[in-house]
Amino acid sequence: MAVVLILVLIVVGSVLFHVLSPWWWTPIASNWTYIDSTLVITFWITGIVFVAVVSFMAYCVFRFRHKPGNQAAYEPENRRLEWLLASGTAVGVAAMLAPGLVVWNQFITVPDDAVPVEVVSQQWLWNFRLPGADGKLGRAETRDVSAENPLGLNKNDASGLDDVIIEGGELHLPVGKPVRILLRSVDVLHDFYVPEFRAKMDMIPGMITYFWFTPTRTGSFEILCAELCGVGHPQMRGTVVVDEDADYQTWLGQQQTFTQLTASSGEPPRPAN
Amino acid sequence: MVEIPSGSAGAIPAAEVEDVELYHPGSWWTKYVFSQDAKIIAVQYSMTAISIGLVALVLSWLMRLQLAFPGYFAFIDADHYYQFITMHGMIMVIYLLTALFLGGFGNYLIPLMVGARDMVFPYANMLSYWIYLLAVLILVAGFFAPGGPTGAGWTLYPPQSVLSGTPGGKDWGILLMLSSLIVFIIGFTMGGLNYVVTVLQGRARGMTLMRMPLTVWGIFTATVMALLAFPALFVACVMMLFDRVLGTSFFMPAIVEMGTQLQHGGGSPILFQHLFWFFGHPEVYIVALPAFGIVSDLISTHARKNIFGYRMMVWAIVIIGALSFVVWAHHMYVSGMNPAFGFFFATTTLIIAVPTAIKVYNWVLTLWRGDIHLTLPMLFALAFIVTFVNGGLTGLFLGNVVVDVPLSDTMFVVAHFHMVMGVAPILVIFGAIYHWYPKVTGRMLNDVLGHIHFWITFLGAYAIFFPMHYLGLLGVPRRYFEMGETAFVPPSAHTLNIFITVMALLVGAGQMVFLFNLVWSLFRGREAGGNPWRATTLEWQTPQTPPAHGNWGKDLPVVYRWAYDYSVPGAAEDFIPQNVPASDGVTREVSA
Repeated sequence: MAVVLILVLIVVGSVLFHVLSPWWWTPIASNWTYIDSTLVITFWITGIVFVAVVSFMAYCVFRFRHKPGNQAAYEPENRRLEWLLASGTAVGVAAMLAPGLVVWNQFITVPDDAVPVEVVSQQWLWNFRLPGADGKLGRAETRDVSAENPLGLNKNDASGLDDVIIEGGELHLPVGKPVRILLRSVDVLHDFYVPEFRAKMDMIPGMITYFWFTPTRTGSFEILCAELCGVGHPQMRGTVVVDEDADYQTWLGQQQTFTQLTASSGEPPRPAN
Repeated sequence: MVEIPSGSAGAIPAAEVEDVELYHPGSWWTKYVFSQDAKIIAVQYSMTAISIGLVALVLSWLMRLQLAFPGYFAFIDADHYYQFITMHGMIMVIYLLTALFLGGFGNYLIPLMVGARDMVFPYANMLSYWIYLLAVLILVAGFFAPGGPTGAGWTLYPPQSVLSGTPGGKDWGILLMLSSLIVFIIGFTMGGLNYVVTVLQGRARGMTLMRMPLTVWGIFTATVMALLAFPALFVACVMMLFDRVLGTSFFMPAIVEMGTQLQHGGGSPILFQHLFWFFGHPEVYIVALPAFGIVSDLISTHARKNIFGYRMMVWAIVIIGALSFVVWAHHMYVSGMNPAFGFFFATTTLIIAVPTAIKVYNWVLTLWRGDIHLTLPMLFALAFIVTFVNGGLTGLFLGNVVVDVPLSDTMFVVAHFHMVMGVAPILVIFGAIYHWYPKVTGRMLNDVLGHIHFWITFLGAYAIFFPMHYLGLLGVPRRYFEMGETAFVPPSAHTLNIFITVMALLVGAGQMVFLFNLVWSLFRGREAGGNPWRATTLEWQTPQTPPAHGNWGKDLPVVYRWAYDYSVPGAAEDFIPQNVPASDGVTREVSA
């Protein structure tokens, strides 16, 4: 009987823990409320299955535990029941998968008006690059990285000269404007992770990865690294500040472009031709 | 009418080959140390796996102490912490779970359950164990090497695993880890081919494939998968060794390491991830399928009822095994691979939930209208179902690509895979040891100690990993040496961390009760007799207990029925062993 009681307690306790737990996701600050909704659907479906299966088990143990003289039934198969359960499961799985795939399609389809913002990671800090007046990011490569040129911009690419460079500082974004986050690493794997945005993506040396989102409320949010990148992994932090547009323009005006940066470090860049 | 794989169906074929005389050991050394007897090899595998598993257990204590009391233990610095998690993970997955299920249970149970005298290649089987032991020793050598073992995480993702920002990256650590894996795979292949050929070629007369116990089906399918999946890990290890030692660039693009341009270029770090997970995902089922098989037999035997839907169970094992080769990239949704792959891998991953759910239904439907004896193996089986259902369901979060995005790389993942491929299979291992220990030693394990062990392990492990999901939901990342000051993490999360650590220490200590029981019962346990659980399968029908070399004495058994003739209506007893001729039991036509 203790077994039955404990199985019931596990069901009740797990549900109560879920309902009463103070540990829940952070208030969202991006457009990805659909991700939260899909998560809630998944919680409902899986929760019901968990409660049903474990309760049924508890009932079986209660009802069919051994007593002298008992004999088990002999029923090798029940094709109808088996197919019924299999199809029911398939329906439940489809109910989770279908909305998931729809949202995934949105997640990977970047809107045309999304502004590119580059995040460049290294052990163990974050750098950022915003397009200058031309609205384009210049070419950059790990091979061109040096002390004076930490993001490895190609000095012969004119579209990169006006790029705004932020080394190890904080990134500002205007609220309500979709951004396409382009991710680049110069050494090992990292992962750009802001819990409030719900999105994250690995950064891979030699590749450019991306995701997009629209910040939906102003505030200051912590950037964490979510892919093990060596002993400094937990200390690799940064900040994203989501501003009203006017504040954002003020901040942007205070940042240095690639040209200004290289000029101050002594080596004048030469535009191609 | 449905044809039921039991009773009188089919005549017994004549023997195709003569019974071959086994090589018999001439000395104590060849009998107990360099033994070619699968049963001895099984015990050697099991004892080695459990020993190295205890190292992993202690490592888990150390990492939990750091998470609950950061900074309190001066000897756990960041380097050590990452070395502990890496070694803990690799030991548990490869050197404990894989080795114990396939090398331990596979060796002991396959020949006995299919009615063979031994594995078909006993010498290769012996070599398999000694090569496995060598792999374990190379792994352990990492602790004593300059710079210590690798701290790259058990996934060993390059480039960090071979660079100086990671413990062991530029020292011996990563070299020893890769070498150990390579040696392990060589040893495993020798054992694995043995298990497969023995199941296909060594079965007793009458033991058709569809009469095999599900334990054998689970181990057999897992072994086939391992033989197909381990080569991917093997080449990945060799390529990474070349990158590290010879300066090749398989996984190394142009890199600036701490301000210095390295001489690598053109390689792909993500290629390693594909190779690793092409092995790594089947690996989950290499651990799970033997557990599925064993738990089916435990439930059936101790509920005195045939396993419900045997044929569906067999097909579910085979389908899960096949599907598990096309789901690997669900570990890589946020890896930066082409995101369009997400559609394919999310679909295959959620499809695999269907055969898995069928297995769960059939286990609980076996309990339905059974005659449930709440023995220790049955308790562990029930606990397995609870934890496996829990861990399986959280897999639906992580498999569904878009839900995975916020949860990936958080403690939710840690909680999920520990529940589903740590706690659940280990509960089966315990259940199986309580079940088969009487056959291996001739004595029963102590029941009171067993109950203490069971309740601490089951409830403790659930209390560790169930709340941990909610830390991940909150956003706490995994593989953090310390959380530090983080705005979105409330102080209550730290209290939860302390609770989890206390539980982990308790569960770990509870395992000492089990170890004591293993040793104590060897001398003081109650005499078991040949078939204490009144089970139908062949290993319980041996002329001696423990079975002698050659298993069956003069004559090999002949099989007349499936493995699940429990509580057959009209039979004198509530079980009919597989080697009882149809006329001695009850011959029935079953309609459904």
